[in-house]
Amino acid sequence: MSEFDQIFVTLKHWLLGQLANVVPGALLPVLSALLSIAAIIMVFATLFAIMTILERKGLGRIQNRFGPNRVGPFGFLQPAADGIKALIKEDLVPRAADKVVHLLAPVMLVVPALLVYAVLPIGRNMVAIDFDAGLLFFFAVGAASELAVFMAGWSSRNKYALLGAMRAVAQMVSYEIPLILSTVSVVMITGTLSPVKMVEAQVGQGGWLPAWFVFTPWGFAGFVLFMIAANAEANRSPFDLPEGESELVAGYFTEYSGFKFALFFLAEYLGLFAVSGLGITLFLGGWQAPFPALEFIPSWAWFFAKLLGLIVLFIWTRGTLPRLRVDQLMNFAWKFMLPLALINLLTAAVWHYMPPGSPRWLVCSGMVVGPYVLLGRGLLAGKHVAKRIYRYAE
Amino acid sequence: MLGEGIIKGMAETARNFLGSYVSAERLTTVQYPEERAPQIENARQFPFLVFDGQDPIQGLRCVGCQICEKECPPKCIYIVKSKDKRADYKGQLQLYPATFDIDLSVCMSCQICVEVCPFEAIKMDTAYELSTTDRFGGLLVNKTQLAKSNEHYRKIHPTDAAVSDTVLAAEVAKAQAKVKAEAETKAKAAAEAKAKVAASAGPQPAPALTV
Amino acid sequence: MTPAFLIIAVLTIVAAAGAMTLRNLIHCALAVAVAFVGLAAAYLQLNAQFVGFAQILVYVGAVAIVIVFAALLTRGGEPSSEAIFSKTWFAGLGVTIAVLGVLTWAITRSVVTQRETAPAPEVTVKQIGDALMTKYVLPLEVIGLLLTAALIGAVIIAMRDEVKK
Ligand code: SF4
Ligand code: SF4
Repeated sequence: MSEFDQIFVTLKHWLLGQLANVVPGALLPVLSALLSIAAIIMVFATLFAIMTILERKGLGRIQNRFGPNRVGPFGFLQPAADGIKALIKEDLVPRAADKVVHLLAPVMLVVPALLVYAVLPIGRNMVAIDFDAGLLFFFAVGAASELAVFMAGWSSRNKYALLGAMRAVAQMVSYEIPLILSTVSVVMITGTLSPVKMVEAQVGQGGWLPAWFVFTPWGFAGFVLFMIAANAEANRSPFDLPEGESELVAGYFTEYSGFKFALFFLAEYLGLFAVSGLGITLFLGGWQAPFPALEFIPSWAWFFAKLLGLIVLFIWTRGTLPRLRVDQLMNFAWKFMLPLALINLLTAAVWHYMPPGSPRWLVCSGMVVGPYVLLGRGLLAGKHVAKRIYRYAE
Repeated sequence: MLGEGIIKGMAETARNFLGSYVSAERLTTVQYPEERAPQIENARQFPFLVFDGQDPIQGLRCVGCQICEKECPPKCIYIVKSKDKRADYKGQLQLYPATFDIDLSVCMSCQICVEVCPFEAIKMDTAYELSTTDRFGGLLVNKTQLAKSNEHYRKIHPTDAAVSDTVLAAEVAKAQAKVKAEAETKAKAAAEAKAKVAASAGPQPAPALTV
Repeated sequence: MTPAFLIIAVLTIVAAAGAMTLRNLIHCALAVAVAFVGLAAAYLQLNAQFVGFAQILVYVGAVAIVIVFAALLTRGGEPSSEAIFSKTWFAGLGVTIAVLGVLTWAITRSVVTQRETAPAPEVTVKQIGDALMTKYVLPLEVIGLLLTAALIGAVIIAMRDEVKK
């Protein structure tokens, strides 16, 4: 492997080697962990800053506006200005709020969002902890954020905040099921819960395509389901009812200001990156280059390139789709996502037991497309889908 | 089929995104401090006091009648009447405002003060960059700051100013006509009185020339 | 007793005590969640990754949410004005001490304590999965059936109003 590929691993080892001369040996594992943590926080916080400006500019262009273009060249220093603004703003806490819970909620939200990065392989040999049950860890820690959202909404003593929290929790609980079910197919095929081993299972080429799971019928369906569920988990448009500005001010973080408000945003985006990173690991071949000829580009660069691609996709959908209603949201989760995710498990099993070849492709593609079309027909059957006529406007 | 609309929508937004880099007509944003959108004539922001002639304070049309102060819905006008009187544009003796303040932070640009003023003395300005660094004193606008010339009014609201000018001209003409008529009746009365006196006093002296 | 175990134990017990004594119902529910996390940490400390993570996923992610929702939907968040301890607390204390005494006596007299303790087996998630799918497949299926029945029952209870109309 090229040295460039392992540059960060080597750097860390060198640093630890230097530190070993100064500190007692018992402290070294702690220091090693701290180094990884610092790297993760720095890299993903920077990515958060980059994404906010990309998102604002992208959405602006989608709506034929300029987007922020004042701070720095082409407005790219806007996140710095926003960060300073968040830091120097007055920190308001409502008088009736539950002070302790109100303070703890943003912290409780950011901590799990950062913890999940521990099991994401962001490059060759670049994973903070190689858990055997890494995937389980990811979902277990991620589930803790629901409680934090509830704490934020409840402690604010604000009806909008509480409504937002109720919506958010209901949505996150509902979409967690398709999210986990869509990953189970990968677990079934690879026979492991460790993200590192899952990436290794996608090494090589299958025909002219890389052997990534997204290039199989069940993998493609799983990836699409996963991304939709991830979008909902991150409370992003079109699933942004918990913080729908037009109805709930800002949802569960209505009563937060200053840096705590920024923390909510940070947690939301960190969660988005984490779940996208998991999607890359599970379906898009992790840190691997698509073709052997491209392997001179280091593995971590591939990971972040894929991550940026997914981020662009998220921004694009956010700029396109309008917000759903609560009943539509729940119907979509339970009547569309869940059955498809369950059928996808079956497809993965069929794929596993059939010998490789075109019959396998045909059968599995049919198992994916058939239910999709039928379910789509069934759900749209009784619906009157037409251009809306406004009685008073226009 | 399900999902068709989403694809169409994504294509549309992608077209917008790319198009905004290619064609400039798509971007309707006016980059404010450098560029400004042209103002329409009926724009209104904050009242000002109209003055005639050269001296802003001496030439104020306002007579301190306090109608606008009473009518202003948020009560942001504060007027103190003068003790003495001075001649207005018609040459009539009138009071004038010793103090005339408007609180910019309270004014809601409703233009009611303009509608009720019987003297064409207060009008709406179109200037909108009114921010100051002092949020108390800086937003309390006094007589000197409020005074703007009639030329300024003609420039920002030509149509309205023309109407206002005709009204005032008519007023002046009426006043002059009245003065003239009064003078004539007075002269007539004087002449008649004299004639009476002369008639009763027998022999007449030479008639006195009156203007 | 390692320091890590000590910290986890103290955290769990304090949280559990808080869940019993705090006045505000939601605070109690949050304290219960902290106690769940403490238990999960204890499992992890014993190298039982699967049980530990499942504990967090199920108890913190789902059960705690159900508890807070139930507390929120059934009564207001106002702390109750009743006393924390019931009037018959001394009777409860007596029963507790009696039970503790009997249990201690039984455990010390038990034959289990005389036996050699076997070294803790290293169980990976894979082994758990294999065991569930081979040896314990019938119990697993039965539990699955039970849960499905419960799910359908819940849906039917929720649907009843609409059917009546
Ligand atoms: S515009 Fe309206 S609010 Fe402003 S000073 Fe005149 S009457 Fe008062
Ligand atoms: S501005 Fe007009 S209404 Fe107001 S005090 Fe002066 S003359 Fe009267």
